[in-house]
Amino acid sequence: MRALTVLAPGPLTTVQDRGRLGRAAEGIGRSGVCDRAAAALANRLLGNDPDAAVLEVTAGGLAVRAETGLWLALTGARCAGPAPHAAPFWLAAGEELRLGPPVSGLRTHLAVRGGIAVDPVLGSRSTDLLSGLGPPVPTAGDVLPVGAARGEPGTVDVAGVADPPAGEVSVTVLPGPRADWFTDEAHALLTGTGWTVTGDGNRVGLRLAGPELTRGRTGELPSEGMVRGALQVPPSGQPVLFLADHPVTGGYPVIGYVAEPDVDRCGQLAPGQTLRFRRR
Amino acid sequence: MRLLPSGDAGLLVELDDLDAVLALHRTLAADPPAGVLDVVPASRTVLLVLDPAATTVGTVAAAVRAARPTAADRAGGELVELPVVYDGEDLADVGELLGCSAAEVVTRHTGTEWTVAFGGFAPGFGYLTAADGGWDVPRRSTPRTRVPAGAVALAGEFSGVYPRESPGGWQLLGHTDTAVFDLHREPAALLRPGVRVRFVDAR
Repeated sequence: MRALTVLAPGPLTTVQDRGRLGRAAEGIGRSGVCDRAAAALANRLLGNDPDAAVLEVTAGGLAVRAETGLWLALTGARCAGPAPHAAPFWLAAGEELRLGPPVSGLRTHLAVRGGIAVDPVLGSRSTDLLSGLGPPVPTAGDVLPVGAARGEPGTVDVAGVADPPAGEVSVTVLPGPRADWFTDEAHALLTGTGWTVTGDGNRVGLRLAGPELTRGRTGELPSEGMVRGALQVPPSGQPVLFLADHPVTGGYPVIGYVAEPDVDRCGQLAPGQTLRFRRR
Repeated sequence: MRLLPSGDAGLLVELDDLDAVLALHRTLAADPPAGVLDVVPASRTVLLVLDPAATTVGTVAAAVRAARPTAADRAGGELVELPVVYDGEDLADVGELLGCSAAEVVTRHTGTEWTVAFGGFAPGFGYLTAADGGWDVPRRSTPRTRVPAGAVALAGEFSGVYPRESPGGWQLLGHTDTAVFDLHREPAALLRPGVRVRFVDAR
């Protein structure tokens, strides 16, 4: 059987694909890979279907063994170690792949030609850590089935993509639905501050530390739908930037949205990095 | 109807009331504009989630403005009957809050036709509203750390059924053995927006 055995998952490795679409009315969020562009590239390098499931490795540390010879590709956060990055490589039967800590960035996507073929749940192989839906989180000793290779293999040897930056990152912020709930000062602080990415972020969202964003009005907001990239401001005034496993609806006002292509880069921010928002 | 910006992958439509939400959700969910990936109803809003590679906020906004939702016809949705054992810990408290006996609470709860307005909180959790209103019950001042799956509860103007064990602050009326969320059923959620619900006293 085509398979990868997990020897060590690192701090957190999950199976992810493009997510569960169109189920919000059932209370089910999209979930899916945090860095969509990186995961799509990994699948493209191997000639996989864009819907193929990959492993999303958080902060490196994953070790796997190929049970049969497999083509693999790593994208996103480049990890220390001998494995090629952003280039397809062959792992022979019995060979092991061990990822060190990321050189920069937070999440590495490991694609396998044929895709990770664990059983889908409600049409997707994504594990949603907020709702608990999806395949179980892999642990040491788990054998992950790999699908049959279909279609033409990729023809690119190495993809010329930039690594996720270390240090300060700047992204575009667009107006949010409740921008008018905040003071002018709060809007100035949003774009004038270097926000610190705290250590208690996860796939649901990043918590940002900085000056307090104050509201210009009081009152409760009835919960409303949101998508990833939302900058929700709870009463503490410290914004939360929603990522892949965000709740379907939320009850705190959203001051702004990170532009969609930039959300992938936010999913690569490690604790301690600085995030700045600029208006388009 | 107000259209509120939600970045380049969303458009939030704010409406006057829940009936308008149900009507617009039904219209858009039945025939979503091109490039719309999901339609998310809530108590006063409908969010359109869009694929920025396939459409633009402006195109979707034009489609929403052109939509002609018919008045939400509460009698139109699928009807689900949920047998309930009314043995909830808060039944007497709810009676006190509403100024009636526990037995009267059961009579009123089973005598009301409920409609699922929107989801959220957890997969399969539906916020149910009464066609004729009349329910307004505060949440418990101290939420429970553990509410069992199947618990039938009230809070504010809403009734709901906990799809799985979770913490919760709603007032518990009883429990149902009907699975309101089942991964092996399609759709998995029984209580989806627009579905009508009748609670039936199972004792």
